[in-house]
Amino acid sequence: MDNIVGKKSSLSWAVNISVAVLVILWLIPTIGLLVSSFRTADQISTSGWWKAFNSNEQNIIVRTANPQTQKIIDGKYVIEGMLFSSEKEMTIRVWGVSSRAIDGYIPGETAKLTKGGEITLRGDGHYRMINENPFTGSRGMRVFVTAPMAPEFTLDNYRKVLFDPKNVEGMGKAFLSTLTVTIPATIIPILIAAFAAYALAWMQFPGRALLVAFVVGLLVVPLQMALIPLLKLHMHIGIGKGFLGVWLAHTGFGLPLAIYLLRNYMIGLPKDIIENARIDGASDFKIFMKLILPLSFPALAAFSIFQFLWTWNDLLVAKVFLLDSSGQTEVMTAKLVELLGTKGGNWEILATSAFVSIVVPLIVFFTLQKYLVRGLLTGSIK
Amino acid sequence: MQPIIQGLLMISASVVFCLGYYYLSNWLLDNIFLPAHGKNINRNISLANQIRPWLFLFPALFALLVYLAYPVLETLRLSLTERHAYGDEWVGLANYAQMFNDQKFWEAFRNNMSWLVIVPAISTGFGLLAAHLTDRIGWGNAAKSIIFMPMAISFVGASVIWKLVYDARPVDQDQIGLINALYLFFGGDAPQTWITMSLWNNLFLMIVLIWIQTGFAMMILAAALRSIPEETIEAAIIDGSNPWQLFFRIKVPQIKGTILVVWTTITITVLKVFDIVYAMTNGHWGTQVLANYMFDKFFRGNDWGVGSAAAIVLMLLVTPIMVWNVKHARKEMQ
Repeated sequence: MDNIVGKKSSLSWAVNISVAVLVILWLIPTIGLLVSSFRTADQISTSGWWKAFNSNEQNIIVRTANPQTQKIIDGKYVIEGMLFSSEKEMTIRVWGVSSRAIDGYIPGETAKLTKGGEITLRGDGHYRMINENPFTGSRGMRVFVTAPMAPEFTLDNYRKVLFDPKNVEGMGKAFLSTLTVTIPATIIPILIAAFAAYALAWMQFPGRALLVAFVVGLLVVPLQMALIPLLKLHMHIGIGKGFLGVWLAHTGFGLPLAIYLLRNYMIGLPKDIIENARIDGASDFKIFMKLILPLSFPALAAFSIFQFLWTWNDLLVAKVFLLDSSGQTEVMTAKLVELLGTKGGNWEILATSAFVSIVVPLIVFFTLQKYLVRGLLTGSIK
Repeated sequence: MQPIIQGLLMISASVVFCLGYYYLSNWLLDNIFLPAHGKNINRNISLANQIRPWLFLFPALFALLVYLAYPVLETLRLSLTERHAYGDEWVGLANYAQMFNDQKFWEAFRNNMSWLVIVPAISTGFGLLAAHLTDRIGWGNAAKSIIFMPMAISFVGASVIWKLVYDARPVDQDQIGLINALYLFFGGDAPQTWITMSLWNNLFLMIVLIWIQTGFAMMILAAALRSIPEETIEAAIIDGSNPWQLFFRIKVPQIKGTILVVWTTITITVLKVFDIVYAMTNGHWGTQVLANYMFDKFFRGNDWGVGSAAAIVLMLLVTPIMVWNVKHARKEMQ
C-alpha cells in the first residue's frame, strides 16, 4: 500500500525492529520460566536463567586422597590421583592451594605446600604430590580449582514433579483433577447452548427478542456474585463440594457466551437449506442434528477452545466449588498458588509445576489458533 | 488409573444424560403427548411446534436462571442481612455502612479504579500498535502468534512467570530476577523488592494483565484494520497524507467502534481481576482489589454481609456496560 506513491516505506526497517522488540518483550518472561524448569535448584538460585547457556566459571573446592594412600617411590612419599569423579569432564583454568590465592597456579605448574612437599596438577584433574617426609593428617589436602562448566540441563524436576510417588507436590494428581474438571465442563455447556442457540436463531416463539437481550445482559455478570449463593444452594440440595458442582458452575457461567456466539453464527447460516429441510418434513430435532450442528462446526470449535482454556486456567470456581477438606481434588492452579505461598523459594518445583499446567493450553492454543481467532471476531466485532 | 476411569465414566454419563434429555423429550412430544397422526393431527402439530422451542431452551434457561440470575438477587438479599446462628437478620444498609468505613475497601476501590484506567488503555494502545506494525511485515503472523500466546496462559501461571521476573535476592548475591539484574546493570544501587514497593507494586501487577490482554486487543484490531476499504486508504495516500496522518486521521477513526468494544471487554476482565492479586501479593502491601477483598470477606472473614455488599458494588460497576451491550444487541436485531 505504501508503495503507491512510489516511495517504498523508509520506515520498513524501523517497523521490523519495533515488532522484534515487542515479540522479545512478550516472549522473554515465559522463556525464563521454561529455561528455569530445566535447571537444578542450585543453578536457579545462584545465577540468572539467562546465564544458563554460558559456560560459566565455577570455583570449587576438592580434596586430594587422604594420606593413608601414600606410597613410597624412590624414597619419596607420593600421593597420586584424580580430583574429579570420572563422569564430569572439566578443564581446569587456574588453581591454588590456599583460600587466599585460589588462582595462584595454572595447570601443569607445581605448588609448594606449607606443610612440606609439593603438588603438581594437570588440567584434567590428575595430580601428583611428592614429599621427603610422610604426609600427615587424617584427611586429604584442599585444592581450589576454577573451571568453566559446560551448560547443564536436567529433566529431574519434571520427573520429581510428575512421577515421584513420594512427592508431596502431587502435581500429577492435580493434572488429572484439572482434566476431570475441564472436559465435561467444556462439553456440557456446548450441548446445552447449541440447542438453545438454535431455538433463538431459527424457531418462532413469543419473547424471543427478550430472551436474547437477557442472555446478552448476563454476559457481563461477574461470577464473583454467584459464589456464595451457589455454594449455599449446592450444600442445601446435597451436591456439596465436588466435581459435579464444578461442572454445573462452569456450565452456568459459560452459557451466556456460548449461546451468544453460537446464535450469532447460526443466524448467518443460509436460510434456504433450513427451509427446504422443513418442507421436506424434517423435524427440528433432525434439522438440528443433521444440518445445524455440522454446519456450525467452526463456532462450536471456537467456543470449545474458549471454554477449555477458561476452565483449565480457572482458579476461583475450582477453589470455591471443588476443593473439599480431603484435599484430594485440588486442581493445578490451586496447587500452584499453594506452592507460591509455601515454597516461594523453590523455583525448580514452582517453575516446573507452572510449566506442566501451562503446556496443555499452549498446545491447544497453537494448534487451534485459527478457530480461536475466528471465534473472537464473531464475538466482539459484531 | 482409578481416577482416570472414574473421570471418563462421569464424562460419558453427563454427555449421555444431556443428549438423552433432548432426544427423549422430543420423542415423547412427537409420539406420546401430541402424536402427528390420529384425529387431532393439525392441532397436535401446531401445539407441538409451540412447545418445542421451550424444550430446546429449557436446560439453558434453567441453568442461566439458577446460576446467574438467582445469585444476583440472592447476593442483594445477603448484602442487606446479617448472618446469625439462629437465622438471617435484616439489617438494612448496615453492611454497606460498615464497608464504607473500612480503609481496606477504599484501598481496593482506588486500586480497581487505577487498574480500570491503566490496563485497558495500555493493552488497547499496545494492541493497536502491534496490529498496525505486524500487518506490514512478512513474518507478521508469527509475531502475532507470540504476542497472542499469553492469552492461553492462566493468570496463576502468568503470576508465577512474572514473580520470577520480579524476584529479588540479597545485594551480595547474583540476581535471578530479570528486572533487578537489569536495574543493577544500569547503575541501580541495590536490588529492589518490586512487589512490596507501595503504589508502584500495583503497576507491576497490572503489567501481568497487560501482557495477557494485549494479544487479544491486537487480534481483533488487526482484523478491523484489514477490513478498512482499500479505496479509502488509496485516496488518502493520493491526497498526500503521510504515514502518521494515514494512521491517526484515517485508520483509527474508521475502527473506532472496534476499539470501543475491545476497551470495554478488557474493562470487564479488569473489574473482575482476582487471580493475579491473590497469587502474587494476596492484597498485601497496598495492592488490594475488590474481587480479592470480597474473597477475603467471604472465605477468611466469614462475613457474608460485607462480602455480598462488595459483590454488589462490583455488579454496579459493570451495569453501565451491560445496559450498553443490551441496547446495542437489540438495535442489531432490528
